Amino acid sequence: MQYQSQAVAKPYFIAALAMFAGQIIFGLIMGLQYVIGDFLFPEIPFNVARMVHTNLLIVWLLFGFMGAAYYLVPEESETELFSPKLAMALFWIFLVAGVLTIVGYLAVPYATLAKITGNDILPTMGREFLEQPTITKIGIVIVALGFLFNILMTVLKGRKTVITSVLLIGLGGLAVFFLFSFYNPDNLVLDKYFWWWTVHLWVEGVWELILGSILAFVLIKVTGVDREVIEKWLYVIIAMTLITGIIGTGHHYFWIGTPEYWQVLGSIFSALEPIPFFMMAVFAFNMVNRRRREHPNKVATLWALGTAVMSFLGAGVWGFMHTLAPVNYYTHGTQLTAAHAHMAFYGAYVMIVLCMISYAMPMMRGRAANSAKAQVVEMWGFWLMTISIVLITLFLTGAGILQVYMQRMGDAPMSFMVVQDKITLFYWLREAAGVVFLIGLITYFASFFVGGDEAASA
Amino acid sequence: MSENFTKSMARNMFYGGAVFFFLLFVGLTFDTMRELPKRDHRENITPEVAQGKLLWEENDCIGCHTLLGEGAYFAPELGNVYTRFGKNKQAIMAFIKSRPVDGIEGRRSMPQFNFSDEQLNDIAEFLKWTSEINSAGWPPNIQG
Ligand code: HEM
Ligand code: HEM
Ligand SMILES: [Fe+2]
Repeated sequence: MQYQSQAVAKPYFIAALAMFAGQIIFGLIMGLQYVIGDFLFPEIPFNVARMVHTNLLIVWLLFGFMGAAYYLVPEESETELFSPKLAMALFWIFLVAGVLTIVGYLAVPYATLAKITGNDILPTMGREFLEQPTITKIGIVIVALGFLFNILMTVLKGRKTVITSVLLIGLGGLAVFFLFSFYNPDNLVLDKYFWWWTVHLWVEGVWELILGSILAFVLIKVTGVDREVIEKWLYVIIAMTLITGIIGTGHHYFWIGTPEYWQVLGSIFSALEPIPFFMMAVFAFNMVNRRRREHPNKVATLWALGTAVMSFLGAGVWGFMHTLAPVNYYTHGTQLTAAHAHMAFYGAYVMIVLCMISYAMPMMRGRAANSAKAQVVEMWGFWLMTISIVLITLFLTGAGILQVYMQRMGDAPMSFMVVQDKITLFYWLREAAGVVFLIGLITYFASFFVGGDEAASA
Repeated sequence: MSENFTKSMARNMFYGGAVFFFLLFVGLTFDTMRELPKRDHRENITPEVAQGKLLWEENDCIGCHTLLGEGAYFAPELGNVYTRFGKNKQAIMAFIKSRPVDGIEGRRSMPQFNFSDEQLNDIAEFLKWTSEINSAGWPPNIQG
């Protein structure tokens, strides 16, 4: 660690990982509810477990992005963070707001939560991923603004690099597009149209800029490849992201009441969205092959390559699979969507945050890398989690294909619930793979506590 | 990557591409906004429909169901439930009203929300209006 203030990243990472564990536990609860319908009913209905699962995911990724920025920006800017105090204050505000929100989901019926938080005044709740009470959303905006201010002031007083500019544009975009979550008109079509300005323009837009810049940073560090080369790649990748991904939003405008020309535009542009993910994979392997140094932190390199491959598979390949309108007509809103969602989120955003943690945590604990023994344990965590998400994706894909075939094709389509009963086997397999994921996560956590001889400093 | 393709060319491609395609997206959005009234029949959004949407949200129905294919995949699609239930509002209301408090043994169960008759009517009106949105022929069949 070159600057003292980089250490504020540490609590962000620890909070992120704790919430990650919570996310997985609620995933397993839902996985059981898929096969034992009344499991924990009516104490924890499926929809409550689901909002805990997805909101913890989003919030821990945000903690991860912020931690990554606090670590990366001082080092890139070659100066201390503008205000470590502000960073710590925002940490506690965000953590308390996040925990209170989750407790609210679990402690009272959702309608009660809506009532006590005054949802009727400015209704924003009850939409997928945006279930947070309006006051929590306002809190998120305040935290995001304080955070952006802190990062921006740091960049302004120090060295300006391509990585920090791209990161700032990504984080700024994250805050700006979140503002659309406050727009919730009575007209469902308009509501849905702009809901995607938050959801799609995040994961297939500005978040990819964050992903790209963190990946570029870690690759510079672990490979020692010339910054000029890496920065050029970064620009081309994120250029392709926005060129394809903005109009690519159209792949969500096929069947929600929007004009039919979106079927053409959405199909064409989103079919090109795998290109930047493919380039990212080529880029990562290229840089590692051309490395000019042997960094002792092998496992950070593994995460970097892993995120490049898995985001291409999850977002690129599984995304392409259902993105053309004639295919999406049958697959829209089925288990295939869930299959894609899991591998894409894991491959792109979970893995990039874990990559940054893997690189930065040892530094913050005063060493260039963990002991060989600890790294091996972390690699076990990597493989167990990654293989299990591949299995989860494959089982859900199997379930999804059967669902589409039985429920939406042929002369005698069956009803939703009947079909669900017939594909129970796949849900059991998914749950089993989920247990492996949890074991992988526990293994990963264990790696933080493995001692052993420290690797030589870099 | 080729030496002839410089970093500043890459940067221009990024800023130029981002601005151009975002503006194009905004333009397309304006056009969509002009077209939508013909497809969403907003003239039929009565106070009941609006209230129904609020109830839909404040009980997080989307956390189990899909609506026009978006949401959760635990329970049936409801964008076309009005047609599936034979265009019968009463049938929808009766279904929601009759959910057992403790669920159904071993099966995926829908909560009992204790809605008043007026609230049930609002929700049914909202689902009826939703079923009349022109969704380009989706879903493929009545099963949703
Ligand atoms: C890392 C990037 C990505 C992430 C995290 C991601 C995540 C998701 C999620 C969570 C959904 C479900 C949304 C909902 O609940 O309604 C979704 C839907 C979808 N995604 Fe992605 N996605 C990514 C990239 C892509 C790419 C590159 C493509 C196309 C090549 C794509 C195509 C689609 C399509 C077509 C749907 C709609 C599925 C449906 O109709 O049900 N995604 N994505
Ligand atoms: C033990 C592992 C996991 C299990 C058993 C699990 C289970 C589930 C279930 C049952 C759903 C709800 C599907 C529905 O709406 O019917 C869901 C949704 C979701 N999960 Fe997981 N999950 C797990 C891990 C993860 C991980 C690691 C991630 C992130 C990388 C993740 C991200 C998501 C997302 C984004 C959704 C919303 C999907 C959509 O809207 O299409 N889950 N999960
Ligand atoms: Fe998308």
